Amino acid sequence: MGKLSSVWREADHRYRLVAHKCGNCGRVYFPPRDICPVCHRDSIGKMTEQELAGTGSIVSYTVVHDAPMAFSRQKPYIIALIELDEGPVITGQIVDSDPSEVDFGKRVHSVFRRIREDGKGGIIEYGYKFVVD
Amino acid sequence: MSEDVYIIGAGETKFGELWERSLRELAVEAGLKAVENAGVYSKDIQVLYGSNSLAGTINAQNDIGSLIADFSGIASNHIPAIRIEASSASGAAAVREAYLAIKSGEYDCVMVGAVEKMTDLYGPEMLDHVSTLLDREWEAFFGATPAAMAALTARKYMHDFNVEKENIMAIPISDHRNASMNPDAHFRNKLTMETAMGATMISEPLNMMDCAPMSDGAAALVIASGSFMKRNRLNGVRILSSGISQDFLALHSRNSIYTMDSTVLAARQAMEKAGLKHKDMSFLEIHDSYSIYGITAIEDLGFAKKGKAAEVIQSGIDINSALPINPSGGLKAKGYPIGAAGVSQFVEAVLQLTEKAGQRQIKDARYGMMHSIAGTGSTSLVHIVGGE
Ligand SMILES: [Zn+2]
Repeated sequence: MGKLSSVWREADHRYRLVAHKCGNCGRVYFPPRDICPVCHRDSIGKMTEQELAGTGSIVSYTVVHDAPMAFSRQKPYIIALIELDEGPVITGQIVDSDPSEVDFGKRVHSVFRRIREDGKGGIIEYGYKFVVD
Repeated sequence: MSEDVYIIGAGETKFGELWERSLRELAVEAGLKAVENAGVYSKDIQVLYGSNSLAGTINAQNDIGSLIADFSGIASNHIPAIRIEASSASGAAAVREAYLAIKSGEYDCVMVGAVEKMTDLYGPEMLDHVSTLLDREWEAFFGATPAAMAALTARKYMHDFNVEKENIMAIPISDHRNASMNPDAHFRNKLTMETAMGATMISEPLNMMDCAPMSDGAAALVIASGSFMKRNRLNGVRILSSGISQDFLALHSRNSIYTMDSTVLAARQAMEKAGLKHKDMSFLEIHDSYSIYGITAIEDLGFAKKGKAAEVIQSGIDINSALPINPSGGLKAKGYPIGAAGVSQFVEAVLQLTEKAGQRQIKDARYGMMHSIAGTGSTSLVHIVGGE
């Protein structure tokens, strides 16, 4: 599935949580957007990059037992919605945490990890995961 | 004045794991049944909308419109035949295009052919394909699956509204009860709460019985203008209204994770255009790809306040109740051939409204509401059928 070009294209965003900030209304978007869905054309050319702190809290979470191929060696794993302190809500895994610590509203911070492996000898892709504080 | 729109023919295959049947065979069987049921000839069909979601990746086959037209034997009629794709809402989206094509006055007789052949792949490999219903780069990339996204909604919903898992599982149990009376259904077995609650975990808190199966199947409709129907002395079931609304692709970008704004808006449009009230509905066919989406649909379609769907279920949703839900067996038990599910809801509506639903016939059925969603709710369609 993954092609090399798509790996490096999103590298800044996935490796360093680089978001886009609307110069018109100040809202921060992650994943990054070229057009602010609030300001529409008033935002064109005014979206600037902003690196996020990677801190936030858990909105909801689930333990995945039935996983796609690229994740079969990781299962079971936790997928969560994280509300980042700068505003955006994002989807990601929670790792290296005591499962009993994972709960609504719990504080988390991002870590840089291996995300997926596309088959034997296939490319390995990296990005953010989260750890309970 | 635009034309009134009627379903004049409906047909479907059996749903299930149909190892011996191919994508094209399924599509042709449903199409022929619909044409025969309508009492028209293939020369009467002026345009064909093919509906399908995943053949491009599962079966390595695109151009489903041409495929269906070709193997239905109408390639030399040279009519337009294109595919409508809106992931799991493809079927309803194709019905809507047919409805608009007739409303516009451009066409008089339109075919909708919907098919999904899912069992050519299985297991984790299949999950990669089904996960294309999500945002690949920012959801699926990190290991999220459609079931995981539904589970995120379920867990938050249960927490915020103090709802027990059994209240959510009531939907699959009701689906199985109805499907036991539907010969086309993937699953004909009844389900007890104990069995359902003990099923294999998929994505906590959702287990296998919360998740619609991967089914093979096809469904087709012949849709015509009122004047075509009368001119040819045919009968039909009227499509009263069509509502559609879209939202952010990824769940994390939306206003709420347990209110589908797209469903709220599509339902509002459909109700207003039909000039009907919720109490006028004789039955609903809702998109319960996951049990929790059945719960949120009851609320977002306007039949219960947020967090209160369990009250509606407790007051009864079986075929003899005031609000029968999924008389067909729903996505969970009739089956979930992704791009065909939306069209098969209309097949059920035609059976119910023409009193041909056999054992599962709803008494005095007058109006039905059909609800389809794409993925986790990025697009919703609501149609109301019935009346004079
Ligand atoms: Zn803005």
